[in-house]
Amino acid sequence: MTLSQVFFLAVAAITLFAAVMVVSTRRIMHAALWLVLSLFGVAVLFALLQSGFFAVVQVVVYIGAIAILIIFAVMLTRQVMLDVGPQLNRGWWIPAVLVAGLYAALVGVLSTWSQFQAQAGPLAPEANDLSRFGQALVDLNAYVIPFEIASVLLLGALIGSIFVASERKG
Amino acid sequence: MTFWNDPINFIGQWLQGLLIQWGVAPGVAQVIVLVLGAAILGVVGLVWVIFLIWYERKIIGRLQDRLGPNRVGPFGVFQAIADMLKIFTKEYITPDGADKVPYNLAPVLAVGGVLMMWGVVPFASRIIGADIGVAVLFVVAAGAIGELGILFAGWGSNNKYALLGAFRSVAQLISYEIPMVITLLIPVMFSGSLSLQTIVQQQTIWYALLAPIPALIFLITQIAEVGRAPFDLIEAESEIVAGFNIEYSGLKFGMFFVGEFLHAFTAALLFAVLFLGGWRGPFAEQIPFLGFIYLWIKTFLIYFLTVLIRGTVPRYRIDQMMDINWKLLTPLSLVMVLVTAVVFNLVKPVGSPWVTLAALLAANAVMGVITMQFLRGAARSRRRPMVAPSTIVVARPEPQNTQSNPE
Repeated sequence: MTLSQVFFLAVAAITLFAAVMVVSTRRIMHAALWLVLSLFGVAVLFALLQSGFFAVVQVVVYIGAIAILIIFAVMLTRQVMLDVGPQLNRGWWIPAVLVAGLYAALVGVLSTWSQFQAQAGPLAPEANDLSRFGQALVDLNAYVIPFEIASVLLLGALIGSIFVASERKG
Repeated sequence: MTFWNDPINFIGQWLQGLLIQWGVAPGVAQVIVLVLGAAILGVVGLVWVIFLIWYERKIIGRLQDRLGPNRVGPFGVFQAIADMLKIFTKEYITPDGADKVPYNLAPVLAVGGVLMMWGVVPFASRIIGADIGVAVLFVVAAGAIGELGILFAGWGSNNKYALLGAFRSVAQLISYEIPMVITLLIPVMFSGSLSLQTIVQQQTIWYALLAPIPALIFLITQIAEVGRAPFDLIEAESEIVAGFNIEYSGLKFGMFFVGEFLHAFTAALLFAVLFLGGWRGPFAEQIPFLGFIYLWIKTFLIYFLTVLIRGTVPRYRIDQMMDINWKLLTPLSLVMVLVTAVVFNLVKPVGSPWVTLAALLAANAVMGVITMQFLRGAARSRRRPMVAPSTIVVARPEPQNTQSNPE
C-alpha cells in the first residue's frame, strides 16, 4: 500500500465519519459544522485524484456558499440552543433500506466495470486543461444544452428569490 | 543559478542535495524541502505582521496629527514586538457555554485562510509556493475559509453581540465577493489563464491600465473583504460592542488582528500581482530577486493607499454599504466585463498592444462618464425632497389671506 493510498483511505474515513455525524449529532449547529468537514474531505479527495479545479470549486461553492448559507439559516432559526426532540421518526427504516439498496446496486454495477480494481495512474497532461472544459460547455456537440438549461434554471431561481424577498408596493 | 540571483531556490536545491547526500530517498527529500518551505513562508508571513502593525500605526498616527509609536527602539520599530510579548502573557478566558471546538478553531481559520493565499502568489519569476493552474479560484476559496472562521467565532462565543457581529460581517463579505469574483474575470480574460504566475508573465502592459475601472472595483471590494474603514462595520463599537471577537482574550484575540493586518497586506499584494504586473520590471527575468523588490514596492504603494483610505474616510452605514455593492459595484462590474470582452476581442486582430490599450482606455473612459452621470442623477433625485420647500398646506396666520380660510 503506497503512501497516497493510506492518505486516501484516511481522508475517506474522516469524510464518512463526518457525514455520519451530520445526521446523528444532537445539535443542528454541530450538524452544519460536521457538514463543512465532510465537504472539505470531498475537496481533499478531488485534490488527491489530481483534479485541482474540482477541489477548489468544491471549496468555493460548497463551503464558501452553501455551507455558510446553511449555517446562516440555522443561526436564524429559533431554539438552536435547546434541540431536544427525538432524532428518529417512525418511518426511519424506509430510507435506511433504500440507501442500503442503492449502495449495493452502485457497488454491483461498478464491480462489473473492467477498471474497478485499477490503480490511479498519472493523468495525461491535457487532462487538466481548463480551456477544453470551457469549450466543451459551449460546444454544440458537447454540453451546450445542459449548460444553457442550468443557466436558465439559475436565472429563474435568481428572479424568484428577488420576487419572494421584495416587499409588495401597493 | 547563483546565490545572489535567486537565493530561495538556491538554498532549496542545496538543501535537497544535502539530504540526498545523507542517504534520504529523493522523493522524501523533496517532501521535506517543500514542507520546510511552506513552514518558512508561513512564519515569514506571521513575523511580517509585526512590521505591518508598526507601519500602519505610524501612518495613522501622522494622519491624526500624532507621532505614533516612538518610544521602543528607533522610530518605535520595536513597539509591536513589546505589544506582542505582552499579549503572549495574557490569560485565555473561555466564556461559559462556549462551543469549544468552533470557538478555538476560529482564530486559526482567520489567519490560515489568509496565509493560504501566500502559497500561490508569485513573489518573483522563480519564487512561488505552488504554481497551480487554478490559483485565482484558490484565492477566492481561501477567502471563504476566512469567512467560516468569523462565523465560527460568532457562533462559538455564546454571545448575542458576537453572533450579530458575525452575521453582519459575513453578510458584508459574501456580498462583496460577487463584484470581486466578477472583476477577477478580467485579468483571467486578458491572460487566458487562472494561474497567477501566467497572469504576471502575460502583463506586458499593466492590467490596471487596460482596465482601470475594474481595477478600482477590485480595490474597493478588497478593502471591504478585509473589513477595514470605511467598511469596518464588523467592529462597530458603538452598536454591537466589538463584533464577532468580543469574547476572545489573549493571543486568540490577537490572532484575529494578525489575520486582519495580514489580509490587508495580502489584498495589496493580490492587487499588485493581478493589475500592476506583479514582479515584472527591468531585468526581473534575469535576476529574480529584483522582481521580488519590484513586487514589494508596488504592494507597498497600494498598501499605503489603503491605509490612507482607512485613516481618512468615515464609516459607511450598513444600508450605504449594501447600496454601494448591490446598486453600483455589482452592475458596473458585470457591464465592465461585457464591454471589456467585446472591445478586447474587436481590436485583437490588429495585433498591436498600443491599439488595445487605447481602445480599452477609451471604453473605460466612456463607461466612467456614463457611471458618473448615473450617480449624479441618482444623487439629485435623492436630494431633491430634502431641499425643496415643504408642500404641506398650513393655515397662514395673516388675516387678509382669504384663500386658506374660506367662509
